[in-house]
Amino acid sequence: MDIVSILNNTAQALFSPVTIAFAMAALGLAIHFGFVGLLNFGIAGFMAVGAYGYAISTLTFGFPWWAAFLAAMAASAVFAVILGIPTLQLRGDYLAIVTIAAAEIVRLLLLSTTWIETTGSADGLVAYANDFRSINPFPDGTYGFGPWSYTANQFWVLIFALIILALSTLLLWRLVKSPWGRVIKGIREDEDAVRALGKNVFAYKMQALVVGGIVAGLGGALYVLPSSANPMLFATSLTFFVWTALLLGGAATVFGPLLGAVIFWVLQAFLGSLLPAMAEAGLLGALSSAQAGALRFVLVGLLLVIIVILRPQGIVGDKRELTFVRK
Amino acid sequence: MSGSKPMKKTPQKSTGLHQGEARPGVPKVDPILVADHVSRKFGGLVAVDVEHLEIPRGAITALIGPNGAGKTTLFNLLTGFDKPDTGSWSFSGENLAGIPAHKVAEMGQVRTFQLTKALGLLTVLENMKLGAKDQTGESLFQSIFPFLWKKQEAEIEERALEILERFKLLKLKDDFAASLSGGQRKLLEMARALMTNPTLVMLDEPMAGVNPALTESLLEHILDLKTEGMTVLFVEHDMHMVRHIADWVVVMAEGRIIAEGPPEDVMKDEAVVDAYLGSHQDVDLGVVTGRITLPKGEK
Amino acid sequence: MAEEKNVVVNVDNLVAGYLPGVNILNGCNLIAREGELIGIIGPNGAGKSTLLKAIFGQSKVREGAVYLNGENITGLKADKLVERGVGYVPQNNNVFPSLTIEENLQMGVYQKPDKYDKGLELVTSLFPELGARLKQRAGSLSGGERQMVAMGRALMMNPSVLLLDEPSAGLSPVRQDEAFLRVSDINKAGVTTIMVEQNARRCLQICDRGYVLDQGKDAVTGSGRDLLNDPKVIELYLGSLGA
Repeated sequence: MDIVSILNNTAQALFSPVTIAFAMAALGLAIHFGFVGLLNFGIAGFMAVGAYGYAISTLTFGFPWWAAFLAAMAASAVFAVILGIPTLQLRGDYLAIVTIAAAEIVRLLLLSTTWIETTGSADGLVAYANDFRSINPFPDGTYGFGPWSYTANQFWVLIFALIILALSTLLLWRLVKSPWGRVIKGIREDEDAVRALGKNVFAYKMQALVVGGIVAGLGGALYVLPSSANPMLFATSLTFFVWTALLLGGAATVFGPLLGAVIFWVLQAFLGSLLPAMAEAGLLGALSSAQAGALRFVLVGLLLVIIVILRPQGIVGDKRELTFVRK
Repeated sequence: MSGSKPMKKTPQKSTGLHQGEARPGVPKVDPILVADHVSRKFGGLVAVDVEHLEIPRGAITALIGPNGAGKTTLFNLLTGFDKPDTGSWSFSGENLAGIPAHKVAEMGQVRTFQLTKALGLLTVLENMKLGAKDQTGESLFQSIFPFLWKKQEAEIEERALEILERFKLLKLKDDFAASLSGGQRKLLEMARALMTNPTLVMLDEPMAGVNPALTESLLEHILDLKTEGMTVLFVEHDMHMVRHIADWVVVMAEGRIIAEGPPEDVMKDEAVVDAYLGSHQDVDLGVVTGRITLPKGEK
Repeated sequence: MAEEKNVVVNVDNLVAGYLPGVNILNGCNLIAREGELIGIIGPNGAGKSTLLKAIFGQSKVREGAVYLNGENITGLKADKLVERGVGYVPQNNNVFPSLTIEENLQMGVYQKPDKYDKGLELVTSLFPELGARLKQRAGSLSGGERQMVAMGRALMMNPSVLLLDEPSAGLSPVRQDEAFLRVSDINKAGVTTIMVEQNARRCLQICDRGYVLDQGKDAVTGSGRDLLNDPKVIELYLGSLGA
């Protein structure tokens, strides 16, 4: 087994735009679920809206890169409002079901051949990052060292993503510590109590849905920025990966989702390299290396179950803070 | 554990609140809340069917009646937590029918709940601060810039600490509300309601689950509300409390108002005794059950 | 005198709680003799409900023991206790709202269905109003009526010991009085009864002996009458309004 190569792959996942995009999605979900208690099982849909919002505005409408990002944010916001208006007045379980459906609808619309010129259907979209690359301040060359070696373009994407992540984290941190965050915390526990104090609960929930949605949408845009956008990327499994990362790190915290995302992707990369290598070396019995690669998803699923049962507050979460933890 | 102290003063009862003979629906000299033909059915069951009700301003009114009489439903209707089938009511002249709960609270009508809603995952102080109205920091865009709301937050905190001191909860200000005892949580809910600067305070069974020794301090707080110019409407089962502090009593049974008047009069009303008080109200149950026999001549 | 009767329930220096590291009961003691009506009063958070739950195996006992007729029952699960003749009426969620009164009572003899007929006879003789409406859905009953059903269900197995958690909670004055009178009747029929109550005055008026719990310990104990007239108990727990 090539240990070095396995370790290389694992280390790369630490500083990868994919990991960062994932962290953004987890951050958005943290606002929805960790802070307001909204059961959003369609976070992949928000990411898809953000991703395609960016790609389509660039390719079809010729937006410059910054306008395309704004368009991605606007599209996510609109998506949140459309989802929120019918469901926020109902119980959490309804929101859960509706969001699963909504995310699937988005994916299927993108997959459909009706708008194939705009969406690329199953082939997806490519080559929308040119304008973004054109503003790359880093001259050609290799940056970094060891497993973290990047071309100028890769480096630019990474730095940009880190900046967006840092800004988003700062923003959310501020929100959570403010009186707005206090109202949200109250709503999560008991809406009627907060209503009786004169706060418009529906408005607050909608605001949280939109803010979280925009962050997740940006995450989607960053997700596809380095490569290509494809409906296959935004299947329901993506939603559950984001949930796993969120719960692993700590749902009701601002840094938990970041930590969870990093650990999740590093683990994925590790297992994704290790298991096929083990299979080839004959250590996994009759399993082929392809099957071994798929085995990591089984293990991830198992991890999700174990977290929810044994430590639902995640690594950095505080057990007392979680309303969904039953004593 | 502080014990009960005798009440500081005998409450000054307000009199002359009504116009004409005391009967269900009697108009008041200065009503703060006027309700007309308010009704609510659940399936076939009539939960509330109130022809006319006026709540006097600046006084303490008790709403009593058996379970299922519709008291909490009436509360929910008047405060926007439930929609009536028919009816209209006004609060200080402003029409309230159809106004959502949070708007009603904003207008100065605050309520507490039968099952206390102290937000357990927030600290006592956070609970209090949540009650303050018109907070700049609660707006989404302004919340990101602390310099916009820091000053107001400090003012709010000062007010909160003052009220907490009054309610003897100051020492617990940084504790999670969930760690407070039941009685302390009741006090917190009341204290928090005061942060909204209400005109009308509606308390749903404020004494429920509270240790009898703590009851007296709660009563004092309610009397203080009246002294500070607020109107109080409360639902209760504890008749000693009602007799002690209520200026006016409204009795509900099966969704309707069956009696209104000053406490002593209402508690003698035959219909009220049958439906609600029971004939053993002032009798020692040990005597009724035959477990003790009192010396001849005593009741 | 009372001392000659058998000790049925003996709670010995009990330490118990729910959250790890937090004890609600801090060395609590209680004795109930055959046929006695024991009242437990005290401030909120003193551990009254916890004591009852600890006897019935519903809360974690960390130190001390509970004995039933001399047998150590500490930590035994509820079904084992029902087998041994202990009945428990919780304060909340004590009936099955979607089931009829009859079905609720049937649930009471779940362990020994053949006891149903005798149990029904006992319960309907104590609560004739229930007998008249056996087919009514429990969810449509008022609070006081539900209390009756909950008590009735616990009585279906003809228990020798009955534990009641605040039977008068949330009831109007007339229904509270009825509840207390019912508890007294049940006790007179021979059931050793232990009741936790918020309405201390009424509770002490009917019980044989009372325990005043404070901060997880049995702070004061004595006959119901003695406690009712004890100035210290009045000052600390009863309040002067109720006199």
